[in-house]
Amino acid sequence: MRYIPNADADRQAMLREIGRSSIDELFADIPQPVIDAHRPLNLLPRSELEVLDELTRLADANEAPGRVPLLGGGVYDHYIPRAVHHLASRSEFYTAYTPYQPEISQGTLTVMFEFQTMISELTGMEIANASMYDGATALAEAVLMAERIRKHGRVAVAANLFSHNRRVINTYAWAAGVELVDVPFTPAGRCDLARLPEGISALVVQSPNAFGVIEALDGLKARLGDALLIVATYPLALGILEPPGAFGADIVVGEGQCLGLPMGYGGPLLGLFATKKEHLRQLPGRVAGRTVDADGRLGYTMTAQTREQHIRREKATSNICTNSAHCALTATVYLASVGAGGLRQVALLNLEKAHYLAAKIEKLKGYSLAFDGPFFNEFVVRPSGDAGAVRERLEAGGFLVESSQTMADLGVPNALRLAVTERRTRAELDRVVDILGGKR
Amino acid sequence: MRTIFERGAAEAADGIFPACDVPAKGPAAWLGANLIRSKLPRIPNTSETTVVRHYTRLCKLNYGVDDGIYPLGSCTMKYNPKVNEDTAALPGFADAHPGADERYVQGSLELLYELTRLLQGIAGLPAVTLQPVAGAHGELTGMFLFRKYFESRGETQRTRILLPDSAHGTNPASAAVAGFSVTEIPSNARGTVNLEALRAQLDDTVAGIMLTVPNTLGIFEENILEVTRAVHEAGGLCYFDGANLNSFIGRARPGDMGADVFHFNLHKTLSTPHGGGGPGAGAVAVSEPLVDFLPVPRVVKRRDRYALDWDCPKSIGSVHSFFGNVLVAIKAYTYVLQLGDEGLRAVSDNAVLNANYLQERLKRTYTLPYDRLCKHEFVLTSEGLAKGVTTLDVAKRLIDYGIHPPTVYFPLIVHEALMIEPTETESRETLDRFAEILERIAVEAREHPELLHEAPTRAPVRRLDQTVAARNPVFTFPFETE
Amino acid sequence: MAYPTSYRYTKEHEWVKIEGNRARVGITDHAQAELGDVVFVELPTVGADIKQGGLLGTVESVKAVSDVYAPVSGKVVEVNRDLEQSPETVNQSPHEAGWIAVIQLANPSETGNLLDAAAYEALIA
Repeated sequence: MRYIPNADADRQAMLREIGRSSIDELFADIPQPVIDAHRPLNLLPRSELEVLDELTRLADANEAPGRVPLLGGGVYDHYIPRAVHHLASRSEFYTAYTPYQPEISQGTLTVMFEFQTMISELTGMEIANASMYDGATALAEAVLMAERIRKHGRVAVAANLFSHNRRVINTYAWAAGVELVDVPFTPAGRCDLARLPEGISALVVQSPNAFGVIEALDGLKARLGDALLIVATYPLALGILEPPGAFGADIVVGEGQCLGLPMGYGGPLLGLFATKKEHLRQLPGRVAGRTVDADGRLGYTMTAQTREQHIRREKATSNICTNSAHCALTATVYLASVGAGGLRQVALLNLEKAHYLAAKIEKLKGYSLAFDGPFFNEFVVRPSGDAGAVRERLEAGGFLVESSQTMADLGVPNALRLAVTERRTRAELDRVVDILGGKR
Repeated sequence: MRTIFERGAAEAADGIFPACDVPAKGPAAWLGANLIRSKLPRIPNTSETTVVRHYTRLCKLNYGVDDGIYPLGSCTMKYNPKVNEDTAALPGFADAHPGADERYVQGSLELLYELTRLLQGIAGLPAVTLQPVAGAHGELTGMFLFRKYFESRGETQRTRILLPDSAHGTNPASAAVAGFSVTEIPSNARGTVNLEALRAQLDDTVAGIMLTVPNTLGIFEENILEVTRAVHEAGGLCYFDGANLNSFIGRARPGDMGADVFHFNLHKTLSTPHGGGGPGAGAVAVSEPLVDFLPVPRVVKRRDRYALDWDCPKSIGSVHSFFGNVLVAIKAYTYVLQLGDEGLRAVSDNAVLNANYLQERLKRTYTLPYDRLCKHEFVLTSEGLAKGVTTLDVAKRLIDYGIHPPTVYFPLIVHEALMIEPTETESRETLDRFAEILERIAVEAREHPELLHEAPTRAPVRRLDQTVAARNPVFTFPFETE
Repeated sequence: MAYPTSYRYTKEHEWVKIEGNRARVGITDHAQAELGDVVFVELPTVGADIKQGGLLGTVESVKAVSDVYAPVSGKVVEVNRDLEQSPETVNQSPHEAGWIAVIQLANPSETGNLLDAAAYEALIA
């Protein structure tokens, strides 16, 4: 087997060395009934070439990548500068373990420190951790953290979160015994701040929300009393949007796929988690900190580890161990590549193109926008006819569009959410308009 | 170690994104001024040369599996085949959006479905979810499944999880996040579960037990069938932490040992890279009584089409945004297809042989507290090596010899522990050299202990001050205030 | 370091100095040495009622967390805020400047359950 360097002669010599007569003898401690019950997979070994061919067949069976996506909802078709892929593919990065031995992990640790800094800068928060699994689990952990801090047993959740965010929060909150209270949305598509419940540990809002609408965060924190403000955000949009930290948010989470990660059919993703310094001891997940070595030189190490499971066990702030380190590295290289200027530029491209398409659709007979709140790069279209049929027409024209069920699940029937990234060309957008207008 | 924030700032990075090809009105026109960022994030604009040189310089400060043996116990740092990276990067997989209609992602769905079937076969259990994205996430999913199962049976008084004292920290933490309390079971003198202590705890408040098989000492629970039978007879469920699957893959199956939930670490056993701490993948296999509670959606096959099944009314719900770490699953699938039955068995054969070979040699120099047949790893102690020399010193001295240290100070039941897992992808020659260096360090510990105390001296940095980092936390770059 | 004979001690390595109807509490020299460099002390809330054996706070080093249990029952009347800025005081002066909290004794007879210096030194020997 090509990943096992020892030859049979080596094995025989090693067995002699340890006084065993066969490999089987090394497994004598596994109970015989267990050994007897074993069944193989009936899978013959295959060469690298055969396996590569089989995987290529499967990849080719995916038609999605050959189509033009108008899909969003947390994962977006953004452009990844080629240098990002090349640097992230350095095996010194991807074949390393968690940097528990900092002296030979300064590469990983320096990048973690840069990542934390960039996420703090983007979100306008004081500290950020080194990543969570994805935006949804980061949000669920934020709910648990707020509950640990305030202990009211109830958390209010805006009803216009992405469905996947809500599903994951539901699971975690159920197990933790935290009651979730829905906060409805206004005709503008925004969380209805006039209907906030009392006695809550936190309010969870998402901005831009599931309708693409940017929430009105100004003054919100002041209305919450002692409840924490948790904001789920879209980090690429923060290239131009005022960050949640500027509005006093206590915890900011987000899905970082937009920062240089492929869509990958939804994973791996990158959970962002940022908060205020005062909440450090309740923060879940790993953090890198700056320190000095024995000669006084600056270096980086994982720190504040007493919060974590390997030390505090059942009293840890979270059970998380492995996170999305390499995705965070990729995001760091992406952000370094584009810089604040490039991030602003790409955010503006998303904004302008999405508004170009929305304005054109709005002018078409038989279409309106479902919400009039300000949006970033996705919006909800309501056709006067059947949304399913509209979707089929777009798909026949080579586009990918979400099922209208996604919006129906959020209480917006017969509507389609469309996302427009910097990758969409004017020609593509005009084609969408033509198809909707019945010109093709 | 300079950060990117200290690299010369250039002009804004033009040339990556195209100019706007639609009439632009500017953000204020669309959003109004108060939603727009008043202050740009302090992320420098740098040239591509600067970025490439900076991260290339940084990567060289790392030690990866491609650099040499990485004997971290419990982590299974085996070689990560290159072809895996290429299959996962095929545009057909990498550019698929999770919101695409099922008919446009048949390839990804087929792969997930087929991997699920292979993992069921490896585990000897009837169903698998690929949604959990890490080992601890698999544990948490398993604990959610326990909760839901007992809730469905009206046995909500079952709130306790039993854990051997050698368990990974994630086990008690996962149980706690799922709302359980934890009771520790002591190990016996042979390093395995003390059956009497276990039986004394079994009552109708016990939801189940979390076991690592073989345990974190690298010892197979020879009474595994008695342990799982006792828990089942008391109405509890058995969770198996799959961190150590590398020691018996292709030879034995958790399902045949009495597991109700078993999590795989695709990033350990199935060769996907650790990525400097993630992303991993923590697929979970379950026994028949738990199948209905698995996370939604489930990947199913209907006639010759693959689909996502959302209609699972008893499910615990979702534990991830979408379908788990699909690109990691692709790497694992690539690996299993290459190995086949023969290769999977060769993995455990060689992993266990390598570990026993090293254990036999190193126990002559270091103390082996549990001296018996090991599986894929074993635990030594530096106690008694030389006065004033700690395991940390030994670990740091290994760095000077260009080798990544083993796991240290774990499991907690061994003082000054050195937990060594060579994996099957190391040659006899590499193992000999590793042993030789550890033996040399043992001599140095007695004759020149300062070499150990001062180590490392040949790494990019000397020993880092953990106390300074913790007392005066600096988690973000200290920009000069403007 | 000497263990003051006027103090009382617990098996969990706290010390108590009785000051009238109050008890000043800290962790022993042995406890701080076992923990290593202390990097954080979580103090109780002033005004909190606490039972003998209940959780009074935690002391953290880089690699370990140690709970501090109340050696006596009563109300927390004072906490050592200096430790928030200078947790290392617990290492430097465990029995004096490194005190953690002062408890107003609810039941002075409880001090009878505690160890004297000789018994404590025998415990850790």
